[in-house]
Amino acid sequence: MTPPAPHTPSDPLLRVEGLQVWYGHAHILTGVDLTVGRGEVVALIGRNGAGKTTTLKAIMGLAESRRGNVTFDGRPIGTLPPHAIARLGLGYVPEDRRIFADLTVDENLEVGRQPPRPGAPHWTPDRLFALFPNLAAMRGRRGTRMSGGEQQMLTLARTLMGNPTLLLLDEPSEGLAPIIVRQMADAVRRLKAEGLSVLVSEQNTSFAAAVADRASVLEKGQVRWSGRMADLMADEAVRRTYLAV
Amino acid sequence: MSFLLVQALSGLATAATLFLVSSGLTIVFGVTRIVNFAHGSLCMIGAYLGWSLIERFGGSVGGFWGSVALASLGAGALGAAMEVGLLRRLYRSPELFQLLGTFGVVLVAQDAVAWVWGPEDLMGRRAPGLKGSVDILGQPFPLYDLVLIGLGPLVLGLLWLLFTRTRWGVLVRAATQDRDMASALGVDPARLFTGVLFLGSALAGLGGALQVPREAVNLHMDMAMIVEAFVVVVVGGMGSLTGAFLAALLIGQLQAFGILVFPQITLVLVFLFMAVVLVLRPHGLMGRAEDAPPAAAAAAPVLRLGNRGGWIALALLALLATAPLLVGDYAVIVLTEMVILALFAASLHVLIGLGGLVSFGHAAYFGLGAYGAALLVRHLGAPMPLALAAAPLVAGLGALIAGWFCVRRSGLYFAMLTLAFAQITWSVAFQWSGFTGGDNGLLGIWPSAWASGKAVYYWLTLALCAGALALLRRAAFAPFGYALRAGRDSALRAESVGIDVRRHQWCAFALAGSAAGLAGGLYAFAKGSVFPTLMAVSVSVDALVMILLGGVQTVSGPLAGAALFHLLESQVMRATDLWRLLLGLTIVALVLLFPRGIVGVLSNRRERS
Repeated sequence: MTPPAPHTPSDPLLRVEGLQVWYGHAHILTGVDLTVGRGEVVALIGRNGAGKTTTLKAIMGLAESRRGNVTFDGRPIGTLPPHAIARLGLGYVPEDRRIFADLTVDENLEVGRQPPRPGAPHWTPDRLFALFPNLAAMRGRRGTRMSGGEQQMLTLARTLMGNPTLLLLDEPSEGLAPIIVRQMADAVRRLKAEGLSVLVSEQNTSFAAAVADRASVLEKGQVRWSGRMADLMADEAVRRTYLAV
Repeated sequence: MSFLLVQALSGLATAATLFLVSSGLTIVFGVTRIVNFAHGSLCMIGAYLGWSLIERFGGSVGGFWGSVALASLGAGALGAAMEVGLLRRLYRSPELFQLLGTFGVVLVAQDAVAWVWGPEDLMGRRAPGLKGSVDILGQPFPLYDLVLIGLGPLVLGLLWLLFTRTRWGVLVRAATQDRDMASALGVDPARLFTGVLFLGSALAGLGGALQVPREAVNLHMDMAMIVEAFVVVVVGGMGSLTGAFLAALLIGQLQAFGILVFPQITLVLVFLFMAVVLVLRPHGLMGRAEDAPPAAAAAAPVLRLGNRGGWIALALLALLATAPLLVGDYAVIVLTEMVILALFAASLHVLIGLGGLVSFGHAAYFGLGAYGAALLVRHLGAPMPLALAAAPLVAGLGALIAGWFCVRRSGLYFAMLTLAFAQITWSVAFQWSGFTGGDNGLLGIWPSAWASGKAVYYWLTLALCAGALALLRRAAFAPFGYALRAGRDSALRAESVGIDVRRHQWCAFALAGSAAGLAGGLYAFAKGSVFPTLMAVSVSVDALVMILLGGVQTVSGPLAGAALFHLLESQVMRATDLWRLLLGLTIVALVLLFPRGIVGVLSNRRERS
């Protein structure tokens, strides 16, 4: 069996073509193209302000005005509202975490709960507490009384309760202590092992290198480079052009 | 002692109904961030539906309570329909449009209910099995009221269970905090909100239907209920159920004992209480600070009138001045009122357009001006020029006092505080009949002999209003106006460059109040009389509609809006009894179709071409 060509999965789970987004008069994304294959972890890399967060939001239907084709599992989702997109099996983990602060850990998980989905791992609170043991000790605690790392775990766990087939993970390492970052990377690898596909946006190339199979490099609202993560790490010229600060 | 106990118990019974209605309002606000003016109308509809059902089926215990439940469900269904048809389109609109849109529904409901059930008060049947009274320390106390007292905590408990122990409740609380995040997790916010409107409206309907055995069902219930429920919700903290319960208890007692101590100012007492609570605890008893920035009425700039615009204004003034030579007396009267209303609308625009402060009680200053002038004439025999000079001063002073409280808060709380002060002035005019004439108003306030001709009075009005308008315009484009707009667009940034935003807003409040007062004084002499209705909520809303018609972004908008509004009002009112129904539908349509107003739409088109 020959592996599929590294930067074009033949039957991608997620395909984004010519995605454009405006905020008011500001043209944030001028045409983003990318794909995520089944079982693949793809890193969306770029400098601050390149459009990583906007890309994920637009895929999720959370951008104010968007244009372009987005297909998920063969279905066009470019015009669907967020909740419909989520119910198809896309899980979104925002960078600013957005825990429901008045709700307990258990209640936060309940909000994310969706029926089991064929072809996707089925999550229950107990399974998630096994994955994130820290959370198990604070099931009745409110979101306001949690540390940043705990909130990040809860955000991811809450999204997993929807039994997604594809995770959109926005800057999971941002603002976290190195030990928590390592835990997050472990978690992402374990999710991949469970069969999940992941599109993870990162400024932190070492985190991306630890989890991703492929990378798409974003600059000024467009993907300028895409290929294997290992190739990106080997190619200093590309990294200097698009990523050096 | 026993008398005081019974008084306290009857306060508790009042509190129970108040809580039912307010809990619905606060739940709806918590989730949708919309203050639903029509909540009082849903309560009234619940009462009328309840009356009809109880007349028919209320003979037996089961029939009575079944009727109450059915009426409540009916109100709930109407509320859900309102969410789908109107509110859903307004979630991202400025709060001015949300308040106006729901007020449009109030107007429609008033005429619709009057049309179905007629204008008379309807006395309902008493609850079977609960007609008697019990003896409490030798004093009789109605059995039905005892049941109501128990119902309040019961409903609070059930709501608490609903919101903490069911998936639906958890989803509602999540969507309350972060609608977008909840929807990204697969929660359909639209369906959830329809459900919330159903619940909130059903509670309003329940509160209304339960009143049937206690007091006559009437057409004033909607405003009475919404105003009291507002106070409860604001005092308790917007969105807080326990806060609403606590506030309902306090206000129930305040009313029960206030009527013993100050029978003349019971209405004022409630609003004073609210003003004091808001100053001491800005977010209410149990409320929390809102981190959402207040939605400005219009972020778009108020543009300077070009040279051409200046000439157009002068030409228009000249044309208006020649009008009495060309048209008859009736038209001159209509024109006089139009010019007065233009000043009234423009004065409100100072607050909304420049300051981003949506006042829901601007009629207070219009009324203060009118009453100030009329009282001088009535009690001191002052001549017209003196009375007219006093009108803006009286109103300005009132605005200075009210403004000190109001500008401490922004957004919805500002709107509610201005409404509270308008209700205070209204209730003084209404209740202090020895001084103000009460409901009968003051009659025979005619202009001096030299100005008694319709044309002369029109010219006088035109001159004074044009002068005042020029002054307001000058202020808008003076550093004062720019500072005000800076505060509107970003209070924080304005403060950091050294602008005292609150002081500017306070000055604007006083300026707007005086201008409205002048308009009110002129109106008193134009009509020859003043009535408490001049200060009613509906007059404040009329002014808002004029601004909405004309567009918030331009200085000339309110003038055009006032002219159009008065023309429509005077023509339609002559043709039909259903003026409020039509006005309400117009408001709803305007809010849905032209969120920027008519002049806004025109200038938008100009920009584009």
